[in-house]
Formats: sequence, C-alpha cells, structure tokens
Amino acid sequence: MRSFAQLFSSLDETNKTNEKIRVLKEYFLKVPDEDKIQTLALFTGRKPKRQINATLVKTWAMEMANIPVWLFEESYHVVGDLGETISLLLPKSEATQNKSLSEWIAEINSLNALTEDEKKDWLISSWSSMDQQERFVFNKILTGSFRVGVSQSLIIKALADISGLETQVLTHRIMGNWDPATFSYSQLMQAVDGSEDISRPYPFYLAYAIQETSDKSKSAEEISMALGDVSNWQAEWKWDGIRAQAIQRQGEIFIWSRGEDLSTDKFPELHPFLLELPDGTVLDGEAICFADNCPLPFNVLQTRIGRKNLTKKILEESPMAFIAYDCLEHEGRDIRELPLSERRAILEELHRASRHQNVFRLSPVVDVNSWEELYELRLRSRDENAEGFMLKKLDSPYLVGRKRGDWWKWKVDPLSIDAVMIYAQKGHGRRADLYTDYTFAVWDQDKLVPFAKAYSGLTDKEINQVDYFVKRNTLEKFGPVRTVKPELVFEIGFEGINRSTRHKSGVALRFPRILRWRQDKKIEEADTLETLKEFL
Amino acid sequence: MPAKPLLEFNDCGIYCAAGDFYIDPWRPVKSAVITHAHSDHAKWGHDNYLAHSLSREVLLYRLGEISLETMDYGKTVVKNGVTISFFPAGHILGSAQVRVEYKGEVWVVSGDYKLEDDQVCQPFEPVKCHSFISECTFGLPVYSWRPQQEIFDSMNNWWRQNIEEGRTTVLVGYSLGKAQRILQGLDLSIGRVYTHGVIENTNEALRRNGVQLSETTRVTPDTNKDEMRRGLILCPPSSVGTPWMRKFYPYSFGYCSGWMALRGAKRRRAADRGFVLSDHADWNGLISAIQATGCETVYLTHGYTAPFSRYLSETGYDAHEAHTIYGGDEASELDQDPVKLVNEEGEVIGAEENIDSMEALAVDSATPLKQPLTDSEKSAALKKAKKAGGAL
Repeated sequence: MRSFAQLFSSLDETNKTNEKIRVLKEYFLKVPDEDKIQTLALFTGRKPKRQINATLVKTWAMEMANIPVWLFEESYHVVGDLGETISLLLPKSEATQNKSLSEWIAEINSLNALTEDEKKDWLISSWSSMDQQERFVFNKILTGSFRVGVSQSLIIKALADISGLETQVLTHRIMGNWDPATFSYSQLMQAVDGSEDISRPYPFYLAYAIQETSDKSKSAEEISMALGDVSNWQAEWKWDGIRAQAIQRQGEIFIWSRGEDLSTDKFPELHPFLLELPDGTVLDGEAICFADNCPLPFNVLQTRIGRKNLTKKILEESPMAFIAYDCLEHEGRDIRELPLSERRAILEELHRASRHQNVFRLSPVVDVNSWEELYELRLRSRDENAEGFMLKKLDSPYLVGRKRGDWWKWKVDPLSIDAVMIYAQKGHGRRADLYTDYTFAVWDQDKLVPFAKAYSGLTDKEINQVDYFVKRNTLEKFGPVRTVKPELVFEIGFEGINRSTRHKSGVALRFPRILRWRQDKKIEEADTLETLKEFL
Repeated sequence: MPAKPLLEFNDCGIYCAAGDFYIDPWRPVKSAVITHAHSDHAKWGHDNYLAHSLSREVLLYRLGEISLETMDYGKTVVKNGVTISFFPAGHILGSAQVRVEYKGEVWVVSGDYKLEDDQVCQPFEPVKCHSFISECTFGLPVYSWRPQQEIFDSMNNWWRQNIEEGRTTVLVGYSLGKAQRILQGLDLSIGRVYTHGVIENTNEALRRNGVQLSETTRVTPDTNKDEMRRGLILCPPSSVGTPWMRKFYPYSFGYCSGWMALRGAKRRRAADRGFVLSDHADWNGLISAIQATGCETVYLTHGYTAPFSRYLSETGYDAHEAHTIYGGDEASELDQDPVKLVNEEGEVIGAEENIDSMEALAVDSATPLKQPLTDSEKSAALKKAKKAGGAL
C-alpha cells in the first residue's frame, strides 16, 4: 500500500506527462504482478464494491478523532473530500504495516462476511497502522470514490513501454468486463490475445471539437481551408443521446455506453434487433429516445436512465431506438481498419436485412455539395434535435481514443443569456476551499430568480477574483452555501432548455456553463426570465 | 453600566482606551504597538510605533522613515498607568505577544504565533492573562503539522534530486520569516542559496539588526546561470509565473506554506512540490497555547474564527469572533506579502499601502499594478525605477 500511496502523491506532484509516465513505469517495475493488475483496475475505474457505507466510515472516524459532527462537517467543507478529511482528522498513528495493495483490496472484498462491530474493529485497527497518505488512498478505495488525475492513455503508455506491446492492443485488451481477481497481469501481457470475453467492446473512436467555444466560431471558408474538399467527407447529424456500442456474439448481446458501463438491461427495446443480427456483429451508434420518427430531447432519456426498474409507463413515454453510424466487427472479423465508406456499406446491408428498422436506424448521411451548404444547415441543428454535425473522412479507419484529423464534431453555438450570480458554494478537489460553484439568476419583474448552477468556464485567475469577491460580499450563510451581494454578471451558455416543475424558474437547462464574465455589465443589464423562456 | 474592557476592537484596530494606544492598527493612529513586521499588522501612516528590537530594521526598510521606538522581550513601558510588555510569539524574528496590564487586569494580544521552536526566532512563551486575543489562521483540526526536521529532510532530498536531474531548484516562501526559516533548515553542503531581491533586502535588514543568517547570493542579471542550476533559489510568492522565474527553466518549483496541507490547495498552486511548513500554530498548537494562558475570555482575530470560537465555547471558554482586517475568516498568507513595488533586484520603486492580497500577487515590475497610483506616486516610482535601471 505504501508504494501505491507514494505513486498517488508522486502523480499529484507533477503536471508533466513525461514525468507521470516515468513515475508509473518506476512503480510498475517495482510492485508484484497482482498489484500491477489491481492498479490498472483502479486507474480505469474498476473499483472494488463498497462494503461499508460512507456514513458508517464517517461516524467511526469522528469517534476515533474525538470531534463533534459539526466540526467534522466544517472541516469537510474546507477540505472538499471525505476520504482526505478523515485522513487528516484521525490521530497520528504509531504503528506501520507492510500489506500490499492487493492484500488490502482482498481484505476489503471480504468485509461483507463481517458483522458491523467486526467491520468497525477492522477499520480502526487498519487506520491505526497507516500514515496520512496511505489513509487517504485507502479511504478513497474503501468508499468507492477512488479517482486519479491520470488519463487511461498515460497508464497504457507506461505499460506499453515496459511490455513492448502496442498501445492500441493494450487499450483494446483492457476494455470490457474483467475483474482483477480473475484476470492476471500475465494474461494481459500475452503475445497473442488470450481473452475469451465475448462481451468485450472495442475502444471508442472520439472526435475533437472544431470549435471549443462560441468565441471561436468557424466560417465555412475556414472549414474548407482546414478540411479540404467536401466530397471527401461524410457529414452526419450529431445526436444528443448516449454513445453506445452494441454487440452480438454467439447469440448473446451486450450494450456498452461510452463510460464503459455495461448497460444491456437499460435498453430492452434494442434487444430484438440485436438478437437478429448475424453472429459476430459490433455496431457503434447512439442510444436515443425516439417517437413518431423523431428523436426526443436528452431530458426524456434522462428520466429513464437512472431507473432500476423500467416500468411500462416509462417504456411508453420514452421509447428507445439505436441510431447506428458504424460497424466495427462483421461476421466475427475486426473491420476497424477498413475505410469508413466500406464499413458504411456493410452497415447499410445489415440495416436492409433487419426486420426492426423502426428501432435499428441508420444515421442519415447529410448530402451536401459545399461547406457553405453544410454551414447553413448546421444553424438549423436544433430543429432536428441534433447538436450539430459529425464530420468523418470517407477513407478513415476506426481509430482508438480521441484523435485529431479524420473525425471532427462541429457543434452548434450554445444558447446564451446574461445572468447574475446570487449564491456561491465551495468546490471540491483542486477547487476545494475556493468558491467555484455558483448559482445564477435572471430578473422576474424586480426579483432575481435562480435558474441554473454552473461550475466551469472561468480561468483560474478569474476564479480567484470571484472567490475574493464572495468572501467579502457574503450576505448570509446557509451551511456551505453563501448568499452573495448581486453584483457580478456572467454570460451563461447552455445546449438546450426544457420546462421543469422542479425548479422555481420553471425551466431546466442542459449543460449550463459560464461563457464569460461580463465585467462590463451591471446587474440591471442582466436578462429576464421572459427572455429565457423564449428559448423554449 | 459594565466597565469598558481594557482592549476593544474599533474601526482602526485593537484599542486600549486607558492607555490611549492601538495594537496593530490598520488605519493611521497616533500611537501604535506592533506585534510583528508583516504588512497586515504593521501598516504605514501612524505617528508613533513601538515594536520589538528585532523588527527595527525591517520596519524601517518596509515603512520608510517612521518614528519608531523598540523594546526587548520582558521589558516594560508604561503609558497612562497601563503597562505594556513584549513576550516571544515564535512566529518570525521580532514577533511579540503584547501583554497589557491595568489595575491588575491582564490582556494579551498574540499577534501571529507558532509553538514549534524554529531555531531562528525565540520560541513562543505562554503568558498568563485574563483575556487572550488570538489568531487562528489554521483553526481547524485538519491542520496538524509534522516536526520541521521531517520537512527540511524532504526539502534537502528534493534539492539533491533536482541537481541530479539537471533542474534548478526554486523554492517559494514569504520573504520575512519563512525565507529565513528555510535558509536555516537547508543543508548548505548541497549548494549555494540564491535570493530574489525582495528576500535579500529583508535578509540585509535583519543582518543590520545583528541577526546571523547563512550566506545568500542575490540574483542579478549577471549571476551565472550554470552555477544557479546547482543552487537553490529562494523567492517570494509574487514571483510565481513571472518572466523572472521563467528564466530559470528547466526548474522544479516548491511551495512552502501551511496551506499545502490540503491536496486541493496544493494542486491549485500547481507547484511541483508542496512543503507543509507554517509559521502559524496548528489546531492543537492553538488549543494548548490558549490553555497555557489560563484565560477565561478569548477573542479570535483571523483564520477559521467561526468554527474555532464555537469549539472553544463548547469547551468552556467565553470565546468571541473579532472583526479585524488580518485576513477575514479565510486568512491567507498572501496578506503577509510585502506591499511595496520592488523590481527584480529588490530595488524599491514605489510604495502602495492599500494593495490588497489579490493585487499583491501582481506586484512585480513587469506587471503593471492594477490599483491606481496617484500621479505623484507614479512619477516617484518611475524616477526611482530609472535610477535603478529597471523597466517599469
């Protein structure tokens, strides 16, 4: 555990990619194979199941630290992370231990056999044998909240460097359903892929955005300069659903979302068409709600996505379809190397043969003769319930991960409105103890009505300035939330807007964020609720 | 009507009506007793100053020609029947707790303090009193310091490692207090210590005051770059991210502060290394300092005043939050930055007393000051800058 805790702080201590890879390699060369695979699992989000709930962990920590609940809460709001707060509050330990990461995880996994009292004894004696840094990572693993500021591609790069395997191969091998208890490091590193996991998806190919913000809106001419002849490109609407990979192998079906969540059960409507596909088919596409031949806004999908039980009512109100845009495996053969045009032909053939074309849909290719035409069409994306266009080069292979060059997303400019900040709350992680989470309001007659919360969009320098303002202009405190003097105006961008009965303003925004700080505007110049509702 | 308390908080500072003087006033007053020379405690513009002898040269350097009397620890001075004496606060060189006694009632103003003996300044000495006015910058139980030797060991190891890897070592710490403490803790057999002008000016002032400090070399445009690569460069927070600092590339930069105890704060500073080294008391330090005074009443001036006073109240003290300008409820060490316009070599090129902590970040000759200067200040600053050959 000490090596793992040390790895975690070393990664924290550098912002440099090469340095991170160096630290990872050093670690991998040092620890036993069981720890290697366990680390890979943790770093790719495969956490052990939580065996003790956070409330109990917190209660026992307060007992051990001998502090009242309110003081624990105050501390938590300053630290911004439960595991870290506990690690700092516990009395310093006298003892040490030498258990490895995998031994600790094995202990955590066997906790369900213990009574609550036994769990408590185990936890307290565990804490008593660790230093602060060990406690911190241990708490994160224990409470199922382990996250690390290292992208998957870095850890793969480090493993590729020490094993000699290609990064694309490793990326593919660590996809899907594996468990560090049964999948070993040597299996991962075999020269020939020994996996028999028929559920395993391919790594998604992700596109970069052509324009990051509305400030940098690109003209048709600029696009033409950058991407060349429009006839070499395939344009498709960018759908606002959930990116998903649908698999049929040996008569079994699997649906993976982009976050590598196995979501087969969440989309029962898709099962019949998948079962009828030829054996050994993998499709890439969008799981999306669809009614009357028309995609529905994302918030319809949102109402069902978190549900454990999909009732008849939910299935009726939010029927699903799958808009397919690529085929990655055909008749059991990995066809990602084929050019898009050929993969598309195969996809169209599969679609023609399907008896479920109301659910298995093809992402239509938007037929245009010039970038200007596409530019004009893009402005109407919202009418199509789309977020803009996906541009894919016709001769492009299906690559691994986010790559520049062959695929681009060309999103519509966000909708925007000028709003007044009225509440602020401290952030978490890197933004702990800084006021970074704001609530914004617009005018309704002479009152400011809150309508959105936003966390991102300001530079570090601006955040410091706003934080400074909040600390000196607090009107009231409600727990961690501060009411601040209405004075700062921000331009808030969002992707969509819907009516909502749950919000005071009567609207709910999709993906609100701060576009810019309008230091030139006074609060009287902020927009009104009426203006906001015109977007509905 | 209850009797007026011996010390009270008003718009100008901590006031003693019986003796007609202020302690660490933030607005110009006739008579100011200063706990220590950090800029949020020692403001410009008072008619008369009383401070500890070891603060003398730094105060004169920072505030210019002021009317200053000094006094050693344990000595007393009487004003209108009120006895004032100084006791070591252990915060920085020349930092004093101010003990005020009148008709048998004793109050102590802590200024800033820490309990660990840093081997640089005289260690904190508890003083019995009825009422204690305390700081609580780190008044939450998540703050708990490791012994300084551990911190210095890792600092020295980091320095050695940087030399091995061919990187310059840049260490950031406050120019008064932290810098001298770091200097004392470094293993000078590893290499030379180079200083930013602001720090070297402070060192010189302390040396004029008779303080023995290890040898340091001021960074000037002529300093040999290759030699500096094996050395350690000490600079104040205001130099982070400036062209001055970028000149040392490739470097590894460490940040020394109590705030480094939290991962979020550490990541935000984007330092390569965060060293948890503070000149303030941690949670347990604050509590034991308060217990040692034997006081009944505590006033908390800055830091996490709300939770800390609640905690003290629950443990039986008559505790109050006081409103001062020493940082508000989220005191930041930034407030301790010298608020003078200094160019890279440490030449003072202007003075602006009301720069707040935000602007203090921008104090650098390369960055224009955002707080407007008056025309006369501007021309004075320009003249001095020209004389010094610096660019404004």
